[in-house]
Amino acid sequence: MIRFSVNGQQQELDLETDMPLLWALRDGIGLTGTKYGCGQALCGACTVLVDGQPTRSCQIRLLDVAGRQITTIEGASGKVAEAVQQAWTRLDVPQCGYCQSGQVLAAISLLTENRRPTDADIDAALSGNLCRCATYARIRAAVHEAARALA
Amino acid sequence: MIPRFLADRALKDPVASRRGFLLGAAAVTGGLMIGFAPRTAKAQARAGQNPFAGYIRIGTDNTVTIFSAHMDMGQGIYHGIATLVNEELMADWAQIRVEGGWGNPGLYGNVGWGGAVQGTGGSTGTPSSYDRYRRAGAAARLMLVQAAAQEWNVPAAEIEVEKGMLRHKARYMSFGNVVARAAALPVPQDVPLKKPEDWIYIGKDRQILRKYDSLAKSTGRQNFTIDIRLPGLLTAVMIHPPRFGAKVRAVDATRAKAMRGVVDVVQVPRGVAVVADNMWRALKAREAVTVDWDESGAETRSTTEIMAGYHALAKQPGKAVATDTGNVGSAFASAAKVLEATFEFPYLAHAALEPMNAIARIENGRVEVWGGHQMPDVYQAIAAGIAGVTPDKVTLHVMKTGGGFGRRAVIDGDVIAEAVSVSKAIGGRPVRVQWTREDDMRAGRYRPAYVHYLKAGLDAAGNVVGWQNHIVGQSIVSGTPFEAGMVKNGVDVTSVEGASELPYAFPNMRVELTTTTTGVPVLWWRAVGSTHTAYAVETFIDELAVAAGKDPVAFRLDLLKDHPRHAAVLKLAAEKAGWDQPLPPGRFRGVALAESFDTIVAEIAEISVEGNQPKVHRVTCAVDCGIAVNPDNVRAQMEGGIGFGLGAILKSRITLDQGRVVEGNFDGYEVLRLDEMPAVDVHILPSTEAPTGVGEPGVPPIGPAVANAYFAATKRRIRALPFNRPENS
Repeated sequence: MIRFSVNGQQQELDLETDMPLLWALRDGIGLTGTKYGCGQALCGACTVLVDGQPTRSCQIRLLDVAGRQITTIEGASGKVAEAVQQAWTRLDVPQCGYCQSGQVLAAISLLTENRRPTDADIDAALSGNLCRCATYARIRAAVHEAARALA
Repeated sequence: MIPRFLADRALKDPVASRRGFLLGAAAVTGGLMIGFAPRTAKAQARAGQNPFAGYIRIGTDNTVTIFSAHMDMGQGIYHGIATLVNEELMADWAQIRVEGGWGNPGLYGNVGWGGAVQGTGGSTGTPSSYDRYRRAGAAARLMLVQAAAQEWNVPAAEIEVEKGMLRHKARYMSFGNVVARAAALPVPQDVPLKKPEDWIYIGKDRQILRKYDSLAKSTGRQNFTIDIRLPGLLTAVMIHPPRFGAKVRAVDATRAKAMRGVVDVVQVPRGVAVVADNMWRALKAREAVTVDWDESGAETRSTTEIMAGYHALAKQPGKAVATDTGNVGSAFASAAKVLEATFEFPYLAHAALEPMNAIARIENGRVEVWGGHQMPDVYQAIAAGIAGVTPDKVTLHVMKTGGGFGRRAVIDGDVIAEAVSVSKAIGGRPVRVQWTREDDMRAGRYRPAYVHYLKAGLDAAGNVVGWQNHIVGQSIVSGTPFEAGMVKNGVDVTSVEGASELPYAFPNMRVELTTTTTGVPVLWWRAVGSTHTAYAVETFIDELAVAAGKDPVAFRLDLLKDHPRHAAVLKLAAEKAGWDQPLPPGRFRGVALAESFDTIVAEIAEISVEGNQPKVHRVTCAVDCGIAVNPDNVRAQMEGGIGFGLGAILKSRITLDQGRVVEGNFDGYEVLRLDEMPAVDVHILPSTEAPTGVGEPGVPPIGPAVANAYFAATKRRIRALPFNRPENS
């Protein structure tokens, strides 16, 4: 039995300890906002925050999240999250939308640490998150817009 | 406000539409359904498989549900169709939702493909919807107005419609209040449409109509096929043949079947499926299954060998002729200068971020299939065939997909067929077949690999006197139901589009095609033929301009005298990019122009060279797509097409090693990342022409624009893609 917190709620899951957090969230808890894209930490679609740090949930096992605080896209809240999601909507960033849970969480994490990111900061923080629709130019613009809203 | 004359005329004069459709309406549980009833008996027989078919359903609860004939994979067609409907209907934007229509080719048949088959592709969504969805919206509004006129006992012409409310002087009523009465009215025919100058939504920017799914997609609430939850839903992962064409000889699943959560391991026509109660257990169990493959009929060549064969063929005369005007032979004989170039294009995976998947359930003789149904009629028939029922017993759930780029328009319905086969093999239980990234990348369906051999002649003044192109590669439609319509005189139009007809005035032109056969399954990939033809044509034109000592923009403009729309697009891009202005040191520009799917796009790339690779800083894009229904979505599709195409030409290729696909994930198959995305400025040409599509046409020009800029920087021509392959360095 593994215990950890997801979006502020305690979870107790009777699942294999080597199961990646991604599949525990999706198939075990039913939180499907976190997406599967590659299973190898190459695309960022499965990004969640583990104790506030952006983490590829396909590469972290249940064993390693025992006792930790997980935030998924469903639990993204607060001033920064609001600013990011508003900017994403205002600029109509998403096309298919499949990668955007990961993009949004990566942006929240960046803006939580750095309220005035430069293009280079954004490149460094978000280049691990693939978008096959290539909404990258709008992602960059939306991060800047969220930063302005938070200033 | 609605123009009064419209309401008056339509209600007075209901005559049949010129287009062979009669507007139809029906009272449905809780509302009014507007659709078009096809007039021919044959079309009527095809219609009606889906009792909920229609274009618009207005509920007594005031919801407006629009049924889209086209699947949305991110290109924004749901938004576009909603815009078309609401320009005429005048509902409140918040009332509207869009769902995928299916099961009625009479209603949803793709007009751009002739109307007989429903499908999404070839950037036809907007042109195919432009007329019929506006008419449906207008008919619905006229019926609501008429019903309100009866309810209030006032002349219909005195009623106005705005933001989902019907108004007569100071009285208001919602759509929901009158739909029951409206549904009983005769349906107006030959519904007049607003004049463009009266439009308030079409052609306007996003401040007016927000894309209604942006919020759900920014908050993780958009459901895709991977997210569907059903009682008792199982997960299956596939074991596909390691080489294309291999067949299962024997399966040993003893160990796997004993593992926790494993329900069954079943053999299906396309491989072996490992079924479990969740994805992780299915994946672990898959590792415990051993399959013995019969590879006697499999493709065992490597791509190096396949491509060597193509290069040899390219220098031979082509097997079929796509274009032959004038006499290129004598043109070359008399030319002052003859140039030749051979290009090589790799296989490309679509690599949409949601790996391929589908869900099937068979219950009481009925089949349900959830998936990215890009060709619904085809999949309905495939599912019915596998389950042994008639197509009317198959219900489809058309899901939005996490990308597509052509991959979901697969003609044999691959993953859909797998899901129905697996469900059938386990007693009809609901099951999602979910491919992993590696399955998605290695199970085939690629943009075909091609070799182009080009030759052109210039006279002493630098005029092009002859142009020849021989294309060698696989046919996408050969062996499919599309072959009859799309292969003419041995020429698959998808192999030569963007090469066989050019806007440039070449007095002598010959385009040949040699269609090859390999065991590698191929498919349309965003922008299809123009993904390779535009690269070859537009970089070779650039070579000719250099050889003629002319500016690449001026050289093209000289050749575009008979094509003012193309010339206008090129001029706008050049003007906005500051083509005549000097660049800072270390920066270089390249230009390319391509028409695909009736949309004309010019792109100018500004690059520097880092290491030996181009770094693209800025792309200026001009597009003529007729009327831009949603200008911001046109911009989004150009931006996305540029990023998609740029990643491919810089870094992407699928290779085979003795028949096995080498690349399995985004480490081997590289695609564009955020730090490589240029700034993109999109300029839309004002137009009063009917709209053409924008999902694909942003892709073709970016490769040659970057390659031409790279030549300007390095004097090197990159003729084998991708840029980063070792032989280019």
